[in-house]
Formats: sequence, structure tokens, C-alpha cells
Amino acid sequence: MTLKYAFYPGCAAKGATPELYQSTMAILAHLGLEVVELEAASCCGAGVLTEKDPEVALTLNARTFAQAERLGLDVMTICGTCQGVMAQANKRLQDDPELRQRVNRLLQEEGLTYEGRVQVKHLLWIVVKEVGLKRLAERSQFPLADIRIAPFYGCYILRPSWLLGFDDPEHPTSLEKVIRAVGAEPVMYSGRTKCCGFPVILEREAVALAMNGNNLKEAKEEGADCLVTPCPLCHMSLDIYQERAGHAVRANFNLPILHLPQLIGLAMGIPAQQLGTARHLIPVESLLTKHRRTQQPGSQSAQSE
Amino acid sequence: MRITFRIQRFNPEVDRHPHMEDYHLPVWRGMTVLDGLLAIKNTLDGTLALRYSCRSAICGSCAMFINGRERLACRTAVRKMLERSTLIEVMPLTNMRVVKDLVVDMSPFWGKVRAITPWLTKSESTPYRDVSTRAQQVLPRSSDVFQNVDACIMCGACVAACTTHAVSPEFLGPAALAKAARFIADPREPESSKTWRLRELNRPHGLWDCTRCQYCVEVCPKDVKPMEAIIRLRRAAIDRGLTSDGGARHITGFAELIYRDGRLNEAIMPLKVVGFHPARLLHILPLGLKMWLKGKIPSPFGHRLPEITRIRRIFKARQTSQETPS
Repeated sequence: MTLKYAFYPGCAAKGATPELYQSTMAILAHLGLEVVELEAASCCGAGVLTEKDPEVALTLNARTFAQAERLGLDVMTICGTCQGVMAQANKRLQDDPELRQRVNRLLQEEGLTYEGRVQVKHLLWIVVKEVGLKRLAERSQFPLADIRIAPFYGCYILRPSWLLGFDDPEHPTSLEKVIRAVGAEPVMYSGRTKCCGFPVILEREAVALAMNGNNLKEAKEEGADCLVTPCPLCHMSLDIYQERAGHAVRANFNLPILHLPQLIGLAMGIPAQQLGTARHLIPVESLLTKHRRTQQPGSQSAQSE
Repeated sequence: MRITFRIQRFNPEVDRHPHMEDYHLPVWRGMTVLDGLLAIKNTLDGTLALRYSCRSAICGSCAMFINGRERLACRTAVRKMLERSTLIEVMPLTNMRVVKDLVVDMSPFWGKVRAITPWLTKSESTPYRDVSTRAQQVLPRSSDVFQNVDACIMCGACVAACTTHAVSPEFLGPAALAKAARFIADPREPESSKTWRLRELNRPHGLWDCTRCQYCVEVCPKDVKPMEAIIRLRRAAIDRGLTSDGGARHITGFAELIYRDGRLNEAIMPLKVVGFHPARLLHILPLGLKMWLKGKIPSPFGHRLPEITRIRRIFKARQTSQETPS
């Protein structure tokens, strides 16, 4: 069975984290996912545009939903922030026919209209619920055995929980389930649901780095070999700013940060090159070496499939 | 059925560090966490310190960290907690000094509420004597005007959950900022006072320090949604031309880029926030270079959506509708 989605990559995957887009494309077929990319869709507003004008942000999102609705497909996101912003926008549009009407008047000019029938789902949720953990485990022919991975959810994929409704905001489990399904061991630490600091990293760097550093410190102390995140903005904070965060909290982390599809891709035996890990600022070599080493005794069983 | 309450105990006069203590007690129908704590205090250990009063989620005294998040003890059903856990774990609010056991020092909290001038102010244009002699119009639908920020019971749950507050204790915080939004929304306060308020909040540790992590929205027992109140404050500040802070430039610059390209351009965004400021530019330059070497900096020009005119029309239509109020 193939699952088909209207794919909304978001700005980061098309901009500063191209490896997220690359690794997503690399794993889709392996998971039995088919996508139609929404190439004309705009930015979701990232929670920033709404601070200027909420109605513009809502209209831009309605436009994206209308494009998906025309295809008869639900939207797949790969960014935690897009997921949160779009789920909130969708809820408002679905609950308020008057607002929808107002927005549709603007969309009509390009022959679009949104009836509120689309659902927005993050790749993480699709993997857990629709692809299924069993299938993910079966496809993970190169399990990441003996690797300890700290999940980092980020804010927007969890809160407000009544709008997102997938994970328990205090005790989320979906990333842990994926980590187990690919053969690795999840690391438990309270920072996994906290903020990475990215939204204020340019204007309040000290605040952001303290948040970031505390989370990384906790993950490191709990013995994490690396982190995995479903949000490219968290990735930028955790990877690009990791060295500075280390200085801020007087620690040296050297913790590779994986995007969710990179983790899945590695377990499926997709070469790291195709997953774009060379684009990270924190090298992932230590992790890849460890992964390769654990593969050696079990490599026959991997080939026999 | 008997259940376990695991409670953080700490008496700074005697203890070096906080420790957890277990209490076992029978559970009864309709039992709240506050019921349990009072039963422990009355029958098992009279030295347990906690703050409470109304038992009806009105006074805001009994906010605590219960089973993984900030909650009002009086409104938290034990049965509900047991759906996901085998015990009830109670700790004092974080981000605040513990006075004893579950009692925290709320004085910094009140200090910040006072700092935002939590009363209607007069101004030069509407002298106080004029205001006082005239009857004030009663607001017919005040809840719409205030968008529920007036429902705040000042329990401190949002401040305890605030991720900025955790690393930057001077931050005014969600409760005080939500309170400020209440006055910005109040039609009885003159415009000049509102501008003065926003100028005050425009300082460091004010309205631009929130990361929008949504924790305050999640934990507020009264659905005040403090973060959304902060967003309204930011919008009001930008509308009044208060755009000197990097936080404000982030928002206006972001909107400009979406208007220009339909998408965010990460090559330009940092420059918009930092502005033409040599020292700040030098500070971000090393990271920019590293990103560029890794192929993480998109072209500053080649990122535009094919149907950009449609996006711009949405922005423009909105501008026109705002200029001609219906």
C-alpha cells in the first residue's frame, strides 16, 4: 500500500538545511510514501509573520491547504515549526467559516478555495501511525545497535497540545518509538521537550545559547551519542550554534545532530552521502564509525533479506 | 485503594538539598491533589508546608509542579493523574526560590507585575480630573476586548514553565506581560499612555525576550494564553514604530522577505535582524562563513516563488482593507 501526500518542505529544507530535503527524498520510497511537492506554496509564517499580521499568515496557509485540497491529499510537513504553525492555522480556518470565507475571497483570484478538508501531518507522525513502527523496524536492515540517541522534539510539534494532539506534551513518546524501531536506544532527559532558543538566537544570543547549552549538557550527561530532531530550526540551533552553546555553559559537546529522516535513512543502509550529513557543522563521523562497527557481525543477516 | 504521594521536601534551615519523601494514603472519590496534600499534613506529617486557600481554582495559591508539569493542586484530580502514572509526584514551582517544601517565594513575581504599572493611567491629553468626573462607559463585551488575559489568577504556573525565565531571571515573564496586554487593549486608557507603556516594555528583558516556546500557553490553568498576549504587544509596538530592537527587526524583516520572495531567505534574514551594525555583523560572520563552506547559505537572490505576484496581492489586499476600516 502506498501512502500519498502533498509535500510541504518548508523554507529551511529549501534553504539553510538542504540536507533535510535531501534525506527526506532519499527515504520516502523505502517507507512506501509517495509525495507531490507543493512547489507554489509560500512560507507558513513560522509564527513570526503573524506577529506582524495574523490575517496575512492565515491566508498564506489557507492557500497552501487549498492547493493540497485540490489534489485531494493531506499535507506532509518535515519541520516541527511548520507543523505547529500550520496545524494552528488549519484549526482556525476549519472552525471559523466566516474567516474561511474572507480568506477565500482573496484566493478566488487564482482559482483556489479552501473548504477545510485537509489534515496537516508531520513526517514523524506519519512514520509512527501510518507507515507503522513494525514496517519501520522491518526496513531497518542496518539497525543502529548500541547507539544512544537523545530525542529533541522542539516546541511547535508538541504545544499547544490541544491543537497538535499527537503526543503527550509532558511525556511524548513518538521519537522514542522511532529510535527503538531503528534499533537504537533512546536517552531520557527533561530537555527533550524544551526550547532550542532558535527564535531569538539572532537578537538574544545569550538567552538562546543558555537554553541550548543546558539541553545539550543534559543529553550529554545522560550518555547520548547524538541527538535527533524533527525540526530544522532546532537543528540549526543545536548544530550550527553548538560550539557557542558549549562556551556559554562551559562544556565541550561534540554531539552530532541528526534530522529525523537521516536517522531513518542510516538504519535503512542509505549511504551518509545521500543523507547530506557532510553539511552539518558538527561532524557525524564518530557516529557513522560506530554504526559501521556494529554492523559487521550482523551484516550477513542484513544481506539475507 | 492506597496510593503514593512522592513529595519534594526542603527546609533551608536544616536541609542542604531537597529530597523526595513518600506518603501512602487511601484514595477517595473526587479526590484532588490538594485534598491528598492536606490529608498528609493533617494525618501523616504536620511539618509539610504548602500554600492554598480557595480550593476552587480562583485564588491562584496552589500552583505546583505535579506529575511533569505546572498545575493547580486544587483542580488536579488524583484519578486523572493515575491514568498515566502509578504515583503522584509533587514539587514546588521551578524558576523560583523555595521557602519551604512546596512554598516558593513569589515576591519577584509580584515585583514584575508591579513593574508593568498594573492600573489605568492618565496622560497629558486626558487630565485625571476630567476622567474622574465623567462616568466611565462599562464595556459590553470585555472578554472580547481583553481576549481572556483578565482571567489570570496570578498563580505563577506560566513563569515557572517559561523557558526564557529559566535562563534569564530578569525577564518580565509571561504573567506580567499578559497583564500589560490587558492595559494596551483597554479602551479607557489614552493612546499616549499606551505608547508610553510599550516604550517601557521595549527595553531589554521585556517583550522581545520571549522565544514563543508555547509552554505558558500549555500550562495556564485559566487559558490566558500569555504568549499570544505577548504577540499582541509586539504587534502594537511595531504599529507604533517601535522597531529599534532586533526582535522587532526580525519580524519586519521576515515580513519583507516573504513579500519579496514568498519564502524565507536565510542569507538575508540575519542581516535584517542585525542591521548595519559593524560589531554585530562581525559577531555573526564566522558562523556565516562556516555555513557557506557547508553549502548552507542559499543564494540571496534565487529563492523566489514562481507565483510571487499572488503572494504580494495577499499582502496588498490586507493593507488596503486596513486602510479603509469597515
